Amino acid sequence: MLWRAIRLALQAIRRNALRSFLTVLGIVIGVGAVIAMVTIGHGTTERVTSDLQKLGSNLLIVRPGQSAMRGPGAAGAEADPFKERDLQALRQQLYEVRAVAPVASRAVTAVFGNENWNTRVTGTDNAFLAVQDWNLVAGRRFLDSELRAGRAVCIIGATVRQELFGRRDPIGERIRLRKIPCEVIGLLEAKGETSFGTDQDDTVLLPLRAFHRRIAGDTDIATIMVSAADTADTAKVQADIERLLRERRHISPGEDDDFYVRDMKQVITMMAGTTSVMTGLLGAVAAVSLLVGGIGIMNIMLVSVTERTREIGIRLAVGALERQVLLQFLVEAVVLSLFGGTVGIVLGLGLAGAAVELLDIPFVFDPAIVVIAFVFSAAVGVIFGFVPARRAARLDPIEALRHE
Amino acid sequence: MQAARQYPQRADGKAALIELQRAVKVYGGGAASVRALDGIDFAIQAGEFVAIMGPSGSGKSTAMNVLGCLDTLTAGRYLFQGVDVGNLARNQRALLRRHFIGFVFQGFNLLARTTALENVELPLVYRGMPARERRRRAADALGRVGLSGREAHTPAELSGGQQQRVAIARAIVTAPDVLLADEPTGNLDTGTSREIMKLVTSLNRDQGITVIMVTHERDIATYAPRIVSFLDGRIASDVRNRDAA
Repeated sequence: MLWRAIRLALQAIRRNALRSFLTVLGIVIGVGAVIAMVTIGHGTTERVTSDLQKLGSNLLIVRPGQSAMRGPGAAGAEADPFKERDLQALRQQLYEVRAVAPVASRAVTAVFGNENWNTRVTGTDNAFLAVQDWNLVAGRRFLDSELRAGRAVCIIGATVRQELFGRRDPIGERIRLRKIPCEVIGLLEAKGETSFGTDQDDTVLLPLRAFHRRIAGDTDIATIMVSAADTADTAKVQADIERLLRERRHISPGEDDDFYVRDMKQVITMMAGTTSVMTGLLGAVAAVSLLVGGIGIMNIMLVSVTERTREIGIRLAVGALERQVLLQFLVEAVVLSLFGGTVGIVLGLGLAGAAVELLDIPFVFDPAIVVIAFVFSAAVGVIFGFVPARRAARLDPIEALRHE
Repeated sequence: MQAARQYPQRADGKAALIELQRAVKVYGGGAASVRALDGIDFAIQAGEFVAIMGPSGSGKSTAMNVLGCLDTLTAGRYLFQGVDVGNLARNQRALLRRHFIGFVFQGFNLLARTTALENVELPLVYRGMPARERRRRAADALGRVGLSGREAHTPAELSGGQQQRVAIARAIVTAPDVLLADEPTGNLDTGTSREIMKLVTSLNRDQGITVIMVTHERDIATYAPRIVSFLDGRIASDVRNRDAA
């Protein structure tokens, strides 16, 4: 009986192929949008998470000021910046730490020959490479002597190399940073963009003291990056840093910190949370179009019942039961909406596939969402097909047969 | 519906196939109400061929709908093989139609864009008969109305007379107890009407199918051995027709 109803439904749908297609377009778009949104959303979440993990999940970032969660830089200006002796103290007194790196940077124009390029110069030392898990593809790291003396030597990122040197070997060449000649001693491996769109390779690294003396004109350290050992409990390391810095900055008990330590693990969790909320919202918006699609199906099914009143009359006259007519039209609505759902799933996955290429995020196929979309479109068919089907089943056969 | 046959029979031991007792059908309500049937009494025995005549508005179509279990009476009783149809629910009446009654309409009422064979199969589908058996019986019924070889034609590809033959095949494919024909020749020319009436007559005479036919044409009615005339919702005459073909 059900199989026959399905065959009848397919027949009826084929007879009105164009109308059937237009009818299910709402469902196609709805399901397609849900699938595309959720797939792209999952991809973004994964990309953000993996980017942040690349930064190092054992990474703690220490900055002066109050927690940036409340707004970056707001209180930062008032708090004393870190100095080199704070860095020394952290290096000497922290346990279970892989590396502690200072970071101070400025936007600077780099010049080589006729080429110039606006980039960011960071004063730091070799610990920065360890913290960032960053390797050199050519040249060498800073020598201790260069760091101590604040020699004007630099390690450049792939983008700076590309812009200033093209395909030439930059090692041993001299570039100028704010008119200060600086020898290129190393080339960083290319890292690409972060998921926030910043080019990590657009950078020049300088010994911290050279940076202070020749670029910044002060001795501030804006950020200290601490990479905890793999086996370390980052919460404990964070507590150690806080205790140490409170002591050094003479903060009495009960007073708020005038610096903050941010655990990248928390940031990862937070970012993943944000993107999944976004995914949910986009999915909800798309679900509304499913509802609209369902109303479209109901509309066309009602038209179809009116058009086929005579057919229904004939079926009733030869002995079709109410529930048999009901089933016929209900199955037709469900087959329609499932057809729309299937096309929508294919379309959505295709769209997501294209978007994923464009946005350079991983394609995360979620079978659950496909099943949900399928079940949902069947439900749309049942819910919105029921009223027209019941109307068909309850027709008076005499009236129906007389219907022109 | 097997239970239907176990209903008490009449005192003479021979239940009429169809019996109307003081049948009244009122449409509408209040002052605007119309008494389409105004106290009809008549009985039809199995094997009869009865023509119901009358001008439009005389109640003959209403009587037909009631006899076909498509409509119910306002008052009085309609007994089908002794079963009071008035007591049956909508679905039970559908089952009565499915198993015991075949319909032929003036407008043929075939499913468009559906082959002759599939049209004839339709009543069997609702009986849940297996496809192979269904096809065999439908082809057989088409043969009995002289349409062998037209199984794959759709109504649009058939003449009016052929369409009516398909409709008759659909009505008799279930081997019904009674064939109800409502103006079966109303849409056909004289020559074709004659052919259809010959077919109906032979179905009644040779295959023993009870036929009740509504018509307003005297020529057509004279094919039937019994003619019942309606006027204003009552029976005006009920006569034997000795000239029946």
